Amino acid sequence: MSNFEYALAPESTAILNIAPQYGLFIGGKFVDSKSQQFFSTINPATEKVISQISLATEADVDFAVASARTAYNKVWSKLSAAERGKYLFRIARILQERAREFAVLETLDNGKPIRESRDVDVPLSAAHFFYHAGWADKLSHAGFGSDPKPHGVVAQIIPWNFPLLMLAWKVAPALATGNTVVLKPAETTPMTALLFAEVCQQAGLPDGVVNIVTGDGSTGALLVNHPDVDKIAFTGSTSVGKAIARAVSGTKKSLTLELGGKAANIVFDDAPIDETVEGIVNGIFFNQGHVCCAGSRLLVQENVSDQILEKLKHRMSQIRVGDPMDKNTDLGAINSSEQLARINELANSGDAEGAERWSPACELPTTGFWYPPTIFTGVTQAHRIAREEIFGPVLSVLTFRTPQEAIEKANNTPYGLSAGVWSDKGSRILWASQRLRAGVIWANTFNKFDPASPFGGYKESGWGREGGRHGLAAYVKGGK
Amino acid sequence: MIIDGSESSLRHFLGNLPAVDQVGADSRAAMLATRSIKTASKKWAIDLAISMVDLTTLEGADTPGKVKALCTKAVRPDPMDSSVPSVGAVCVYNDMVKIARTQLDAIGGGAIHVAAVTTAFPSGRASIEVKRQDTQDAINNGATEIDMVIDRGAFLSGNLGKVFDEIVLIKSLCGDRAHLKVILETGELVTYDNVRKASYLAMLAGADFIKTSTGKIAPAATAPVVLVMLEAVRDFYQLSGRRIGVKPAGGIRNTKDAIKQLVLVNETAGPEWLKPSLFRIGASALLNDLLMQRMKMREGFYSSPNYVTLD
Repeated sequence: MSNFEYALAPESTAILNIAPQYGLFIGGKFVDSKSQQFFSTINPATEKVISQISLATEADVDFAVASARTAYNKVWSKLSAAERGKYLFRIARILQERAREFAVLETLDNGKPIRESRDVDVPLSAAHFFYHAGWADKLSHAGFGSDPKPHGVVAQIIPWNFPLLMLAWKVAPALATGNTVVLKPAETTPMTALLFAEVCQQAGLPDGVVNIVTGDGSTGALLVNHPDVDKIAFTGSTSVGKAIARAVSGTKKSLTLELGGKAANIVFDDAPIDETVEGIVNGIFFNQGHVCCAGSRLLVQENVSDQILEKLKHRMSQIRVGDPMDKNTDLGAINSSEQLARINELANSGDAEGAERWSPACELPTTGFWYPPTIFTGVTQAHRIAREEIFGPVLSVLTFRTPQEAIEKANNTPYGLSAGVWSDKGSRILWASQRLRAGVIWANTFNKFDPASPFGGYKESGWGREGGRHGLAAYVKGGK
Repeated sequence: MIIDGSESSLRHFLGNLPAVDQVGADSRAAMLATRSIKTASKKWAIDLAISMVDLTTLEGADTPGKVKALCTKAVRPDPMDSSVPSVGAVCVYNDMVKIARTQLDAIGGGAIHVAAVTTAFPSGRASIEVKRQDTQDAINNGATEIDMVIDRGAFLSGNLGKVFDEIVLIKSLCGDRAHLKVILETGELVTYDNVRKASYLAMLAGADFIKTSTGKIAPAATAPVVLVMLEAVRDFYQLSGRRIGVKPAGGIRNTKDAIKQLVLVNETAGPEWLKPSLFRIGASALLNDLLMQRMKMREGFYSSPNYVTLD
């Protein structure tokens, strides 16, 4: 060996105990679906089938909602807040104890690098339960009046990009405020939700407080349209979010949506260059760019754009693409062939519309779904790749001349989930943050999450917030 | 010439360096510390780290006997295994240079450098005449590497020209006979912005190596500090075409820490820097841990510390 090649350091999957097929988790037990229909969930890095997952149909969704209603009426709403909190603390601790199992399973089912599932997804999920466990008996001090009331039965539909973390974002505040839950994980990533069902059993959570129904979009639609659901919380694409909003309008159901984004990451010429380059990489290549708040539009001040791009390309050539289970992998597999096709389609439109594509030389595995880290330069506001959410490791680079121009370009989008500002000058950061129309603005960092910090979008990026006191508001009646 | 050496040109150049964001630098260093180096890579890295050690003794109580023993260990770190590479250099106080050089030459360690700490190490608080004589003595005694300290008092009070001129003077004394390592004492510079500025200042003044610390002040060679210095040598190469070495010293006590340093080098400055002529680790206790890990990889079990030699 003459160079420092990192030998394979794969995380072992021996810790997992995966059943060949899974039922639905309803009323505290795994039950067979009424339809007895199954679909496969696969490992996107190898295309090998992991397990057979039940497809919940109308009768199953009815059963799940009825279980949640019974649990709400008979048990959960009668429990003291401090007791509810104890269950959440218990779940948080079990998540920590079984952290490695969750991380390995998440990586297996999702394709994200084990480094991220181990260091981000799982610890943050546990943190969300701890945080909300603390709120359970303090809700009367949260600013929602002296005795805030839960909605009742909450339907939650989550995406495939952070399967366990999005579950935690949804389930923890719902339970802390006294709601019961029917959760539908994404079609391609149901595994950690099913393992979480085991955690609920292990924690002794009363039957029916958390119900998990697996399935595809049709299952989600049944859940959204179910008459006995009081509230819907959805994270996913803007198009589905709009459909849900239409379905819910005219009903008494309350709704929170966390949708797509096309975040501007704005680099001023006084930015701390090396850390900015790290932040750009983290902003777009974290989780293969499957992040609704990804910094997918880089806006660089003209006079430093050459320098930034040179350093960015150098840094991108060090990104380690490959086996997600290898502890040294930086960029894992694309979650599904459908998503890969979507990335390809949009990236190809970048070529067709005259933007200049660049990727470092990297060998992609022959099986599974992969996309190299890619940047497009010479992008303008008129390009599709500057407007549409790619949801992949593809960065569009635009330049600006004046701070005003940066803000105008950044806000010129139907989305408004997140934004980044890079500058060594505090006054400039504050000036820009006040003008950016986005729910989360990171200064000199990107993709940092904390349960205490509310997250959510402006415009077509969503309704409501998740996390912090603001996130709790969505789960109490009349909460603001 | 990038700068003309005047106070104003230094101030202008160093003042225009991009800032370092502390949170970002810390998190990058922490991320690189998660690299998992196993099996063949670990074996390779351990041997590389051994060849990069500047085996150091800088105690008031040093004796000729201790220095000779250290030299013997430097040539053949594991007396029972001749496949272990020699270390990069032996690093001693000025008055031990001749003893070290003689001992190394006598036992076949002619290729191992003797590094001397000079310029009123570790504080650097002496007149320029004293610093000049200190360095001249070391070179006359056979030191082929000079580890000088910068005048932190001057640097922190903004007297950049004084720091620059001292490095230029010591470099001129070194000439072709010795390599110059400039110790920044980053624990006293405190901010990463200062570390970056001091790194450039030393490189512009002619340093062959920039070194974190004397080992007498904590914190010493923390990962983010080394990261900032590696970024500086990488960018300075783009600017000048000269590759400057980096030497973390102080606080690197075990194999894991040493391998983390090599990962930092590999993914920051690049693989070109992964050789003893461009990266050294100033240490004493580290060598024994590297040897014990090496034995463990060979034998499959951990041996007692009695199987490695006392310093």
